[in-house]
This record gives sequence, structure tokens and C-alpha cells, in this order.
Amino acid sequence: MFNKKTALAASMALACAMSGAAASALDLSGETVEFVIPFSETGGSAKWANFYAPLLSEALPGKPTVVVKYMPGAGSTKGANWFQDQSYEDTEGKVIFGSSGSTQFPYLLEDPRVKYEYADWNVVLASGTGGVAFLPPDLAGKMDGLDATGLQGTDFIWGSQGATRLDLVPLLAWQMLGMSVEPVFGIKGRGDGRLMFERGEANIDYQTSAAYLDNVVPLVEAGQAVPMMTWGALDENGNIVRDPTFPDIPSFKEVCEATPACETSGDAWEAWKAFFIAGFPAQKMIFLPKGAPQDAIDTYTKAFNDVIARPDFKELSEATLGDYPQMTGAPAKVMLDLGTKVPASAKAFVKTWLHDAYGVSLN
Amino acid sequence: MDLFATALPALQEAFALILQPQQIMYLMLGVLLGLSVGVFPGLGGIAGLSLVLPFMFGMDPVSGLALMVGLVAVVPTSDTFASVLMGIPGSSASQATVLDGFPMARKGEAARALSAAFASSLFGGLFGAAVLTCFILIARPLVLAFGTPEMLAITLLGLSMVAILAGRLPLKGVAAACLGLLVGTIGEAGAGGSLRMATYDIPYLIDGVKLVVVGLGIFAVPEIISLLRQDQSIARGSKLGAGWTQGVRDWFENIWLSVRCATIGVIVGVIPGLGGSVVDWIAYGHTIQTAKDKSKFGSGDVRGVVGPESSNNAKEGGGLVPTLIFGIPGSGSMAIFIGGLGLLGFNAGPQLIQNDLNVTYTVVWSLALANVFGAGLCIALSNPIARITTIRFTLLAPFLFMMIAFAAFQSRQSLGDLISLFAIGLVGIFLRRFDWSRPAFLIGFVLSNQAENFSNNAHQIASFQFRRGLEQGLNYVASPIVLGILALTVVSVVLGIRQSKMIRSEGEVVHGHKRAPLIFLLAILAYMVTAWVNAALIDLTSDKIFPLTVGTVGIVATLLLLIRMIRAPEDDPVFADREAGGEDAAAPHGLWSTLAWFGALLVLSSLLGFILALLVFLIGFFRIRGQLSWARTLLFTAAGIGGMCFLAGTLNRDFPPGLLQEFVKLPWPLK
Repeated sequence: MFNKKTALAASMALACAMSGAAASALDLSGETVEFVIPFSETGGSAKWANFYAPLLSEALPGKPTVVVKYMPGAGSTKGANWFQDQSYEDTEGKVIFGSSGSTQFPYLLEDPRVKYEYADWNVVLASGTGGVAFLPPDLAGKMDGLDATGLQGTDFIWGSQGATRLDLVPLLAWQMLGMSVEPVFGIKGRGDGRLMFERGEANIDYQTSAAYLDNVVPLVEAGQAVPMMTWGALDENGNIVRDPTFPDIPSFKEVCEATPACETSGDAWEAWKAFFIAGFPAQKMIFLPKGAPQDAIDTYTKAFNDVIARPDFKELSEATLGDYPQMTGAPAKVMLDLGTKVPASAKAFVKTWLHDAYGVSLN
Repeated sequence: MDLFATALPALQEAFALILQPQQIMYLMLGVLLGLSVGVFPGLGGIAGLSLVLPFMFGMDPVSGLALMVGLVAVVPTSDTFASVLMGIPGSSASQATVLDGFPMARKGEAARALSAAFASSLFGGLFGAAVLTCFILIARPLVLAFGTPEMLAITLLGLSMVAILAGRLPLKGVAAACLGLLVGTIGEAGAGGSLRMATYDIPYLIDGVKLVVVGLGIFAVPEIISLLRQDQSIARGSKLGAGWTQGVRDWFENIWLSVRCATIGVIVGVIPGLGGSVVDWIAYGHTIQTAKDKSKFGSGDVRGVVGPESSNNAKEGGGLVPTLIFGIPGSGSMAIFIGGLGLLGFNAGPQLIQNDLNVTYTVVWSLALANVFGAGLCIALSNPIARITTIRFTLLAPFLFMMIAFAAFQSRQSLGDLISLFAIGLVGIFLRRFDWSRPAFLIGFVLSNQAENFSNNAHQIASFQFRRGLEQGLNYVASPIVLGILALTVVSVVLGIRQSKMIRSEGEVVHGHKRAPLIFLLAILAYMVTAWVNAALIDLTSDKIFPLTVGTVGIVATLLLLIRMIRAPEDDPVFADREAGGEDAAAPHGLWSTLAWFGALLVLSSLLGFILALLVFLIGFFRIRGQLSWARTLLFTAAGIGGMCFLAGTLNRDFPPGLLQEFVKLPWPLK
């Protein structure tokens, strides 16, 4: 069995070599590509994966059926550990994996459950998103322009999914501004957090971009909420700039600069920035398993490029993905590096902070 | 008036949109899919919707909505088949139907139970659709009125149903519910992420035990084992009964019960976060509380079918309210529904109703029509399906084992699913044998997460509000809704305890010797103490307070039972034991040898992978236990494996892999 396989691989390699550097060596006619996500059918990742699956199906050579396969468990580490065990040789380009900020955070925080290594995988797409924090109108009035000092005396309460999740980015940001925000842990999704805000149980909240556009903008129009800041976006050079989806809302960086208590340098800022990048601009990525040859990576990259280049892509994606860059090739690689390589000092800072402020330890 | 001025034209427009041949066709397709998915135990709306989601993209919105709504709407109708005919909850929404529906089938009244169920489902579904019509326009303040304290109060109301379902000894019911609550806390705590009764070395336990596994283990496994030991058909009489019209009449005689339960269903559905798996229990508890003659519940009272079935279809209409208005799913299937809406180009939320009211109302029409089609189809198809109950059970059981093992595996796709199914099944067998209330255990388990999260959150927010001022704090925790629900809870507990002595939610049980019941009690006590100590070692108060409190209550209840056991004579109800007499004791096959067959399937799966294990298991079972000829053995085995592969193939699911698959790479379905 093994010999047959090696022989096959060898002959395929030979065939590739002979046909030159053609990117079409991978033909998936009649095959089924499994797009595995380490989450259940219900979350944002499922929405994202189901958005891409049919488009990818049309763009890949041979138009294979692309099915989304859910592999939830252990805060997404189960599916990622499974993917770590897959190799390109065995899966022959028919398995791709979609990871999310929830997969990256345990990896960055050295959760004991993590047995996967991002460096082994081959990124073919990186999708970013953003987030917007908002306040009730009476509290928003306490801000002096961009200066958030006026909010320091107020007790804030906030529905949160847990301090080790994506929610650590806003928590840290608010703390850096000198605000005292008490997180109510254990809510099931960001939608529940918004409902708490609408009921008046919570008096601060944030939503990712798509959810903000759908559900918070009507609140803002009705005078029940006022945007406070976005987390920002990254430009080509890795600098934090205003979020292009919300050009009128200041970024956290601007608010931080205008607030005396907050500094855009030092350990806290570096840690915030690292985890912000992992959680938002580099939130969702698609990988081929370890050992994927360059031509397979090229085939998938081209397919995603074709998807993104569709004339109707912008219109289709707006609702699901928001107005954010969908990156392939070298920019996707840069995102992978930014999102999964965090300085040891930033990790140490966050771990100490989580332990001291919330009693959370990951061992 | 304004309301009608906007709603009526939109309703008409929506009716015209849905009444096109293409849309009706998609609706029917959805109904058929929903029926097929619902019939299989353990697979519900989530599995069905995931099946159609890939095809949603680019579909005409009204057709896509018709397809999805048709599918979701009929699952609570068709899941009745499994509950009534086999004693296995067809989905989590019809767990309570088992209690009276299954005994009816065993008495030869399957047809009556089914038609009463379908009539109730139809009514509940239409009621839900009607409520949804108005609620879409006015529900916003209502949903916003339900904050965390209100949710906690509703959760407590749900828990209070334990009182009525506890059986002869309320203490046993309390202990069983505490055990269920404790099993529900296994894994990572919702608030701080501390591990409870779990370790990072066994990743499976970190996510806790899933409802599908517990539902199948607590209800299905004990029933199948018990029936298998008796080696008869499910229905005792040879006739299914000509009870079709009788069933409809039964429903009509209890029309007000049906209205009340449908109302419960809608309300529970509207409140996001409660989940559909409680609704049938609340309705069942309510049914018993308001009935005059309670003596027949648990042994085949048709009202026990009418109540839950009216509520679980109505729940879907209610569940669509927060889904459409807030984009907040009330259940797992609604979450996928939102995903599907997104693929159709709509985003659930306030702007959907403002901008696309007519499209929104096609949902209402789809829901109503799907319920009518679904109930009609179920009645038309039920004769052939109901004939299953007349088959010798030994021929049926292996397929059921196959189905529940597969269904359990779908919850996490890990071998741990099968192990925990077996372990929970064992607990279920003993709970049943010693007459500890299984419904109480399940209610505890279902509500465990919510009870813990809501009480933690409510406590945290309340102390925050009190810090701002006494009045503000009081307004927060003691809102009229909270007080109302709490009053209802007290009434429910008092009535429940007073009446529960007359109710055998699981039939009569004889009592026997002291030893076996005592050992089981000590085992429960040991688990509770372990869980208590384990919780006490956690640092974070938020993560340990709940298991500590529940554990303390459970330990006290168990100790009181222990004292009673020491003092009471052997004929005291505390020593209830089904093995001491009655059907189980008279069964030709022993408990352990029968259970060993199921165990063998699971052990073989862990070695050879599911399909190969199934091959060995089916052949062995039909030949040795079933005493069939080789020809029939092979025929049945082929049918079983073929059906399994077809189902998994369509749903795009894998089978549990075994040790063998670690070393050898095999093609699907063997991989």
C-alpha cells in the first residue's frame, strides 16, 4: 500500500515536472473538497465558510463539490489538532481548514490543549474584520472629543464570552483608557451581549463589523447607542489606521493618544496590538495541510483570487464579510505572521494581566 | 389599527409570493426532508438545515425560506414517531412525549397516540404561526423585558417541574435532579473556564457531555435493553388499533389544554436562550398539574401526548420571533436558519422587518402550510411506519443500537461519544430499575448550564445595580415579571409535591431486597461527594459556587434517603427495584448479557471502526440472539449497513474510526 502510494506520488511529481510550472496540475473534477472548520454550525465561522464554499467550488479547476464540515470542540482546538495530523500527501488537496481568532488565541496563550503549529500549514486566504465599541448616549456625552478621561469615574458592566477569547482585546483597550469595566462572563455569543446592552443590563458593548452594521446602526439611528471607537485596521505597512468600513469613527489608537492615561507604546500597547491583529485583521484564514506542494498552493490561491475578482463579489460579501481586504498570496502570509507570531513579552504581559485581573490561568 | 394597516397588505403579498408552483414545491421538499430527518432519533432540525445550507446560496429568497421553514416546522411533528413507537426521543423537543406515548403504543394504541400527537402538533404549529404574525410587529418590548433575572426565574420554573415528575418519593426526585445538574457542570465552566470533573488529559470531557448523548442514554438505551430482554414486539396486541379518529377526538376533548400548552410553547420559544429542550417538560408538568384524574400518567394517558406535542410545534413559531427581530437565535437550528438567511441575502434583525415585511411574512405562511402538509403526510404515512411496532423486537433492536450509536457520534465525532453514551446509558438503566425519576435527571441536566450562567450573571449585575442604589437594584431583581414567575414557581412546587404521590411517571414499580438499591444509592452519593470535593478545589468563586450548592443539596437528599433505607423495612417504596418482579424480572434474557451486546458493538467500533464493527455485530446478533437463518441474517445485515451508509453519505458524515484506522488507510465508509 505504502509503496503504491510513493510510486504514485513520484509519478505525479514527475508529471508535474514535465508539464512545467503549470498551476493546473491539481484537477479536482468529480471530487469533494472538505472545508473543515473547528466550530459548530452556528457561529460566525460557519457563516463565513458557507459563504466561500459555493464560490470556491466554481473557481477550483474541475469544479469540485466543496462541503463545509464542522468539527467543534474544546474551543476549536480539537479541530485544529485534527488538522495538524493531516498531510497533503494523504488528503491530496481535498481537505482545507478554516481557522479563526478563537483558534489563534489559545495558540498564542499557550493553552495546554494546543497541539497544532501554524508554521506547518500553508495559508491560501486571510480574511479580516473589525470591531466597534459603543456606549449609551448619556455616557458617550462624558467623552471630551477623543479624550476618554471623563469615562474613568463610571462603573461599566459588559456581557463577555470569556477573558481568554476575542473579548480580551476590548477589555484590555478599556483598561488602558483607565475605565473600570466589569465583565459578566459566560454569555453565549456577541448577540447576547448586545441584547444585554439593549435591555440596559450592560452599559458598554462592542460588535464585530458585520453585526454592528446590521444590528447596532439601527440603535444608533434611534438614539439608543453612540459609537465610541473602532479597533482600527492595518495598512500595507502594518500600521493601525482608521477602519475603512467606518471612516467617521475614530480608532482606539486615536482615542488612546488623546487620553492622558493611555499610552501608544510600552508593554500594554504592544500586547494589545499583537492580540488585536490576531483577533481582527487576521481573524480568519484558510489553510492547506502541511507538505502541500507549491502548485497546489498556487491552484488554491488562484481560485480565491478568481472568487475575489468576481464582479459581484463586493455586493455578495458585504453582508457576510464587511468591507475588508480578502488577502491571498504574499499579503496572506504577512497576515499569518502578524497574527500568529507575538513577542514573548506581549504573551507574558497578557497572561499576567489575565491572572491578576480575572484569576484566569491556563494550566 | 396601525398594526393591521401595515400587516394585512404585507400578509396578502406574502401569500401571493408563496403560492407559486415553484415555492410550494420547495416547501414540500423541505417538509419531506424534515419528516425524514425527524423520524431518526437524535437527528433534528440542526442536521436537516445543515444538509440544505450548501444549496441556499443564489436561491430565490422565497423558495429558500420555504425550504428551510418547511424543514424546521415539521421536525417536531415527525419526531413523534420514534418517541411513541420506540420509546426513543426523536429529537430533544419530544422527550416528554415518550412518557405517555410509548406506554400507549405498548398497549396497542399507537395509532391513537400518533393521531392525537399529529392533531396537537398541527394545532400548535398553526397557533405558533398566528402568534408570529402579530409578534413580529410588537414583540420587541416583550423580548427586551426579559433580562437576566427574568431568565433565571423561568429557569427555576422549569426546574420546579421536577417536583411533579419526581415520583413517589420527592427526595429521590430532588437527588436525581441534582445529579443531572452536576453532570451538566462537567467540563469547562462558562464563567472562568475552570475545569470541573475533567482534565486537560481527556479533551473530550472539557466540553462536557452533550444533550443528544444524555437524551439517548437516559431514555433510549434503558428502553431498548428492557424490550430486548423480553423478546416480543413493542405493541402487545397484534392490532395497531383503529384509534385514528379516537386520537383526533382526544385532542378535541382537550382543546383547552392544547391551547394552554401551545401558549407555553410560544412563550418559551420567544425567550432567547432557554432552548427548545425544556418546553416539552414544562408543558408535560403543566398537563399533569391541571389534570383532575392523574392516576394514568406515565402508563399511557393521552393528555400526556397532547400537552408536549402542542407545545413543541408552537415553539418554532415563537423561536422565529427573536431570530427574525433581533438576529438572536433561540436554538441551534435557528442559528443555522440565520446563516441560511444570510446566504439568501437577508440579514435577520430590525431592518429585515422594516424593509422586507412581505418576505418576512412568507416565513409565517411557510410555517403554517408546512404544518398542514407535515401533519397530513404523517397521518398518511403512519400506518406503514407504525407497523414497525408489530415486528419482533429482537429484529429491530440492532438497527436501533446502530442508529443511536451513529446519532450520538454526530454530537462530537469522537469515540468519547460512544463511551459516554454507554456510561450514561448504564446510569439510565439503573435510574429506571430503582425508580429514580429519569425526567428529573434530564430536566436537571438540560437546565444546568442556564441555571449556572443566569444565576452568576444575575448576581453580578444585581450587585452592580445595588451599588448604584438600593432602589435601582430592587427594580432590577424584583421586576413584576420576576415576581410573577416566582409566584408561579412556588405554586408549581407546592402543587407538585402534593400531587406527585399519585403520579407514576414511569409506571408501577415493585420493591425488593435492600442490597441492590442501597449499592446504587451509595454509588450516587460517592459521585456527588467526589464532584463536591472537586468543585471545592477550584480557585474561582464564580466557577465553584454552583456545583458546590447543587452538590450540597444533592448530598443532603441522598443522606436522608440513606437514613430512611437504614430504618425502613424491605417493603418501603425507597427500595423500589424492577428486577424484583414484573416485566423485567420475568424477562427471558438477563440484563447484563443483553447489555453486553451493545457493549460489544461499541468495543468493536473502537477497534475496527464503526462499519466493520457493525458488520460483525449485526451478523453475530441475528445469528446468535435472533436465531435467524444465514440468508435472512445476511439480508438484514446488508440492509442495515446499506441504510447507514446512505444516511451518512447524504448528510456527509463520517463514522467513528477505530484503532485499525490508525494504522491502515481505508476508503470511506470504512475510514
